[in-house]
Amino acid sequence: MANRTYPTVRVEGERGLAASPATRKRRRPGWLRGEMLIALIVLAPSIFLVAIFIYGFIGWTFYISTVKWDSAVVDYTFVGLKNWQRLFNDARFHSDLRNHLLYAIGFMSQCIVFGFLLAVLLDLRIKGEALFRTIFIFPFAVSGIVTGVAWRWLMQPTTGINLLFAAVGLENFQPSWFVHAKFGMLAVSIAAAWQFTGYVMALYLAGLRGISYELREAAAIDGADSFEIYRYVIIPLLAPVTFVVIVLTGMNSIRIFDLVAAMGGSGPAFATDTLAFNMYQTTFGSYRFSLGAAIGSFMILLSLFLVVPYLRSMRGEVER
Amino acid sequence: MSNVRRWLMFVLVAALALGLAACTAAPAAPAAEAPAEAAPAEEAAAEAPAAEGAPSGPLEIFSWWTTGGEVEALDAVYAIINERYPEIEIENAALVGGAGQGGAMKALLETRMMGGEPPDSFQVHLGRELIDSHVIADRMEPLDFLFEEEGLNDVFPQDLIDIASYEGHPYSVPINIHRSNMLWYSPEKLAAAGVEAVPTTWDEFFVAADKLKEVGIPAMGLGEADQTMAAHIFESILVSVFGPDDYRGLFDGSIGWDDARVTEALEILNKMFDYVNPDYLSVRQGEMVSAFATDEGVAMFISGDWSHGQLKAMGYTDYSWAPSPGTDGIFIVLSDSFGLPKNAPNRDNAISFLKVVGSREGQDAFNPIKGSIPARVDGDPSLYDEYQLTAMEDFATNTLVPSIQHGAATKQSFILDYDFAINEVAANRDVAKGQAMLVQAAEDAGFGE
Repeated sequence: MANRTYPTVRVEGERGLAASPATRKRRRPGWLRGEMLIALIVLAPSIFLVAIFIYGFIGWTFYISTVKWDSAVVDYTFVGLKNWQRLFNDARFHSDLRNHLLYAIGFMSQCIVFGFLLAVLLDLRIKGEALFRTIFIFPFAVSGIVTGVAWRWLMQPTTGINLLFAAVGLENFQPSWFVHAKFGMLAVSIAAAWQFTGYVMALYLAGLRGISYELREAAAIDGADSFEIYRYVIIPLLAPVTFVVIVLTGMNSIRIFDLVAAMGGSGPAFATDTLAFNMYQTTFGSYRFSLGAAIGSFMILLSLFLVVPYLRSMRGEVER
Repeated sequence: MSNVRRWLMFVLVAALALGLAACTAAPAAPAAEAPAEAAPAEEAAAEAPAAEGAPSGPLEIFSWWTTGGEVEALDAVYAIINERYPEIEIENAALVGGAGQGGAMKALLETRMMGGEPPDSFQVHLGRELIDSHVIADRMEPLDFLFEEEGLNDVFPQDLIDIASYEGHPYSVPINIHRSNMLWYSPEKLAAAGVEAVPTTWDEFFVAADKLKEVGIPAMGLGEADQTMAAHIFESILVSVFGPDDYRGLFDGSIGWDDARVTEALEILNKMFDYVNPDYLSVRQGEMVSAFATDEGVAMFISGDWSHGQLKAMGYTDYSWAPSPGTDGIFIVLSDSFGLPKNAPNRDNAISFLKVVGSREGQDAFNPIKGSIPARVDGDPSLYDEYQLTAMEDFATNTLVPSIQHGAATKQSFILDYDFAINEVAANRDVAKGQAMLVQAAEDAGFGE
């Protein structure tokens, strides 16, 4: 970027103008106000829309969770936290929490492990890197419903993958996959990881490309072998990427819906039920709108546990 | 550094691509945009009364008929409309998942009804399903005028009109009658296991099932992947244990779901699972029936008589039928019907459609293919096959009780809870927990209040 003379000068000039304290001092405060005004005017439509259609409706959902709207007829009788109480005592809700935990463990670990390994392999600058990159990230462009249907066929206990197992002599290894009454959710996490690993790989690859070669060289000179370079240099330097991956996969683990809907629905005895699927059925299947709103609100609160640390770390980075 | 930026760009683009995919997936629901383009037609229709000039323009019909005989039967009705009203353009908005636990079709319908964008007419189970979901919410037009104009009060049995009515006004036009408690069986497979007669009680069933097990044939077919079929079977077990009168009592609060006979019925169901196809948790009902129809798979299965239509559509004939064990002389009834939503975008076209639905011609075109029988009492017997003729006779002579699973007996939310309770027993084989869930479901539904 820096070898072409003319553009370089211009770019640096602009940057200098914006960043240097000297230029900022020369501006009158009125200028700042003007800029602020323009910024406000430009941003106002977005702020307005976000305020109504995101925060307004979140508030509305919380409100609905405190009324007695449990049939097709709208009923705004205030009942306090009765819906929440009902939710927390609901066996289906307990299954959901267990399923989310199982799913998060399966999904996050697969994404991180396989995403990182693929990125490391690609970072070795192998031949045909672009082709592999495209292949690995391709599932990410497929919709969740398509993924779900494909994996439902693959994981059909009497056909699909199990036939392959039988063909290579594993007649006794015939898992029931997503219809397993206890661990069906792990099968769903396999399909989800298949879809999301490519994206995680891209994140890690970006991170790996950002680690300068000198660092590896220095470590090598200090006598570290390949494994030790990854263990003590690369992986610690990739910690911010891993953090982003955990937040992204964590958010996905909370809102997972499409795969479940396409695969087994709520599954045998809620084995693959999730909060989002529960909310959908409670609201549009049973017309228990208030209970559905309580589930939705609970999902928002759950997401906050991931989003808040993420935003705080982002702010920390900006300040740095 | 530039490498990093390029990669971040790449990742960003990928994220955008996924976001786009998600956005385009959302409005993919069929004909969601129909009301908008239909709006001008509504005004036109309002200005020109139906009598003057043939009705024209779009007509959106919502249903969950998407497989085998169902589609062909609905097409037969559409053919009559095309013939009578060539100016009407039918938009067949069919989505899977109407039966039982509030599938995709019902969810989309509910969203559109609440949003004030109803289809012109939609399929709904006659009885509590329509009443609790849409009539009480004041979203349907009463159809007294249509029943009068078309003389429907004289051709539908009074019991059926009562089921269709709320506060004395009928709200939907039944197109057919289905029987829920039917046992479909392969005489060949029974004979192969030395079972001489089709079982008429659950005790006889288990004797026969043991014999079938010895020759390696699963006695009972079950496709529980949708979490609805075991619930369907269970309503016929309930009827066999309770008898028709006490069975009705389960829904008016006079008999509690903690009754010992519910336990007994659940025990029969639980024992039955020992004799079903081993992959019952992962196959869907249609897949199980397809296997049955290729002379493989199970010896018997309990399903509504729409299975007759499906088997016919597959060209399979080596099967026979009987009432499900313990329900001889009892007809668990359900009926599909069509209603008129308030603010239907093409009201005149919808009324033309409902006229065809209620007509003898329409019912006699639909039912022979669907495998059901007409809701009208004046169907032409020459059009119906052997099974349907016996069903028509049974409908006229048997005791009629409403189906739980198919919306006649109870409101939608109870059906969903009921399905989950039975699925719990199917998956974990825990009768006590299943019954506790049923008791809770009945309490939530407020039976007898």
